[in-house]
Amino acid sequence: MADNPLPPPPGQQVTFQSGQRPEGRRSRTLLRFITCGSVDDGKSTLIGRLLAETGSVSEDQLAAIDRNGKVDYARLVDGLAAEREQGITIDVAYRFFSTGRRKFIIADCPGHEQYTRNMVTGASTADLAIVLVDACKGVLTQTRRHSYLCHLLGIRSFVLAVNKMDLAGYEQATFDRIEDDFRQFAGSIGIDDVTAIPVSGLQGDNVTAASAAMPWFTGNPLLRHLDTVVAGPERGDAQAFRMPVQWVNRPDQSFRGFAGLIATGSVRPGDAIRIAPTGVSSTVERIVTKDGDLGSAAAGQSVTLTLTDEVDCSRGNVIAAAADPPQASDAFQATIVWMDEEPLHVGRAYILKMATQSVPARVQEPKYEINVNTLDRLAAKTLTLNAIGVAEVLTDRPIVFESYAQDRTLGGFILIDRLSNRTVAAGLIHFALRRAQNVHWQPLAIRREQRAALKNQVPRVLWFTGLSGSGKSTIANEVEQMLHLMNRHTFLLDGDNVRHGLNRDLGFTQADRIENIRRIGEVAALMADAGLIVLAAFISPFRAEREMVRRMLPEGEFVEIYVDTPLHVAEARDVKGLYKKARAGEIANFTGVDSPYEPPEHPDIVVNTTAMTARQAARYIVDQLLPLK
Amino acid sequence: MQVDVHALTHLDRLESEAIHIMREVVAEAGRPVMLYSIGKDSTVMLHLAAKAFYPGPLPFPLLHVDTTWEFRAMYAMRDKVAATPGTDLIVWQNPDALSQGINPFDHGALHTDIWKTEGLKQALNRYRFDAAFGGGRRDEEKSRSKERIFSFRTATHSWDPKDQRPELWNLYNMAKAPGESMRVFPLSNWTELDIWQYIEREGIELVPLYYAAERPVVERDGMLVMVDDERFRLLSGEVPHLRHVRFRTLGCYPSTGAVESRAVTAADVVRETLHSNTSERHGRAIDREAGYASLEKKKREGYF
Repeated sequence: MADNPLPPPPGQQVTFQSGQRPEGRRSRTLLRFITCGSVDDGKSTLIGRLLAETGSVSEDQLAAIDRNGKVDYARLVDGLAAEREQGITIDVAYRFFSTGRRKFIIADCPGHEQYTRNMVTGASTADLAIVLVDACKGVLTQTRRHSYLCHLLGIRSFVLAVNKMDLAGYEQATFDRIEDDFRQFAGSIGIDDVTAIPVSGLQGDNVTAASAAMPWFTGNPLLRHLDTVVAGPERGDAQAFRMPVQWVNRPDQSFRGFAGLIATGSVRPGDAIRIAPTGVSSTVERIVTKDGDLGSAAAGQSVTLTLTDEVDCSRGNVIAAAADPPQASDAFQATIVWMDEEPLHVGRAYILKMATQSVPARVQEPKYEINVNTLDRLAAKTLTLNAIGVAEVLTDRPIVFESYAQDRTLGGFILIDRLSNRTVAAGLIHFALRRAQNVHWQPLAIRREQRAALKNQVPRVLWFTGLSGSGKSTIANEVEQMLHLMNRHTFLLDGDNVRHGLNRDLGFTQADRIENIRRIGEVAALMADAGLIVLAAFISPFRAEREMVRRMLPEGEFVEIYVDTPLHVAEARDVKGLYKKARAGEIANFTGVDSPYEPPEHPDIVVNTTAMTARQAARYIVDQLLPLK
Repeated sequence: MQVDVHALTHLDRLESEAIHIMREVVAEAGRPVMLYSIGKDSTVMLHLAAKAFYPGPLPFPLLHVDTTWEFRAMYAMRDKVAATPGTDLIVWQNPDALSQGINPFDHGALHTDIWKTEGLKQALNRYRFDAAFGGGRRDEEKSRSKERIFSFRTATHSWDPKDQRPELWNLYNMAKAPGESMRVFPLSNWTELDIWQYIEREGIELVPLYYAAERPVVERDGMLVMVDDERFRLLSGEVPHLRHVRFRTLGCYPSTGAVESRAVTAADVVRETLHSNTSERHGRAIDREAGYASLEKKKREGYF
């Protein structure tokens, strides 16, 4: 209340560790940790108590949750109205408290199976994980799942908090059994740094103060452990210098600085550096900050570097120690965590973002999916929401990388869907694939412009898209004949014909359809390189794949032609009798019947086949295209 | 020689994180803007921005969504900041609110909706800003604790807490369709105490209202409200008294509560914050207006 006497009377504060208050010291360090547990193992109560007993909760907030003199700590961490309505926790919440030594950021994650996405998000920035186990239930499937996910995301320090010891009679045997169980499992997946603590969030045992009820436990209470544990960057593993360049600071002609957050290692003026992936060498001139130049800077610091040479360096490049620069590659094996309702489309181009690099990338068919409960490997054709799998990832150009185990910044990426703009996946790089490192582009003596010039034309890919039976092939044929009469060098790729040869190994599943279009796109691009005007008539129902082909070609060479025929008209024509079969259930995944068609949003040319004949449509298209020189 | 990472304090790491966030926005957004509310969080944000882009000027304008009802001392500070070389400050007053004479005495909750929420949307639309920095912190309020650092908004500026993009590591997805925008919170992981310790460490100048002084106040609905200018409507029997007060947050003066205090320096405030019994937003009428979930509701509608 506004009329509180100040300073507050001593003793009213909830204190920790025999009255010791967090001091106003600025020299505290930062520890980020994640709490893993499920709905009823007392996670909210434990966190609420940590917050309250470190003085991170105000009296008005405490008063709001006081039920007849008994504080319900769990309600301190109540979520959004949207969550309370449904009685569930949907999302990661970030909470804060501090002691005299440290500031803590908790990523408080819901534990339900369907929220793998949230746990992975919370773990990505954590240095330590607290895994809660109910003393009455012991190590459960979800305990293993949570530990696996935290370890996967690179957390090395674990606390096993065996909670509800009050309900288990504070018995050492119970605690020892659970600790043994957990250590056995943890060891099997590579977790070796585990501190087990018996606690009661409800009664406050071993949370901030040692428990009188468990004299047999000689370790530190939870808070003291968190205060003193060496975790995350403080483990101080010596690593080579790497700074992804975020932004080039060029206020005037006299200054050119490279701004970034140092990912690993340290740097000093005079250090020899190399810029990845270009390989250009230089020397650090200054480490510029507004508070004056620095004599050195290390991982975790945002700085601006100037170099002694006028070198080419921009966002996406990585400035690295000259003696130990990172590699670049365009093919990787990676663990992929799928985070979107829309499943992975194998072969579709997503945007891969890693450090400050963004590049189109494709995910191949998963080698396997991991069952996060049993850790078994399962065969998989795709990945759906919350699935974790291992797959090859191919990027359109080489990117600078490290293995995720080595460096979270240059080994962890997200995938962004190009149309929905959603973050659909997180990826952790294992290693580059040898193939990419050894296959290089062969420079060609004759350029594509020279080939086209010899034919006295400009190359184009005329991409006809529309429903089955819309008239794509008929119109494309007419267009080719007209162009041929005008002495243009053309080639027509037809959907049915291609499936007899190049793509005869492909079916009609979504993944196969994407691969079908990808191959046709590559063939069309090669023909355009040869100087031809390529006509391609394919249903190509998905916008993303048509976009993929557009990006294979130089700007302006891809011409999307929408053959606009309503479904009922195309179905009434049913030239090949396919709609009839599809309606009868004899053909699966038939576009327009049980598989969607996404019409172009901004086609270059539209022809409406209910308003014009095939010949008129062809004439119209050619008129739009001319002069083609 | 290996630099000791132990040397980085929590304030160093929070500062680095905020600078990294601001540089990401400038590198990827089309038209960024920084919301400048003149308060301590905005002032810290501005201080961090100057560091992020040094030795260059700020590569974006500042935007003050003005309600015309803020403390006089705030306007003085704003004009001082605007006069700093290299600073481009836009002041936006909602013309509808101005013409309708919307004020905190007659219109209650509607006052904030129309001046602040609607005003902000108008300004963002008018200047086609696609990324706006705000000084929001996750420790302020329940709905903030689950908000992303990069908070995606639809073309109508609304926020859907159930459909937020996962935010991993320090990788931010800024992809969006035309018309959509991002609200970006570089101070997400700071607490009120962190802010004050940083103000103390860096010697950042604030509006003097943050420090205790004798000021004329009346007590109303349990709040100490300062009588800052002649527009204040005293109820019958109300007489302003001089009391030693300061403000923990600043907004429209008739709806911002003061606390009694003797803290006259940042160090005093740090000590007081450590021993504080009440939450920071306690003095803000906006949170109480619609009950339990009021800030969450406002945020869905486009409030910062």
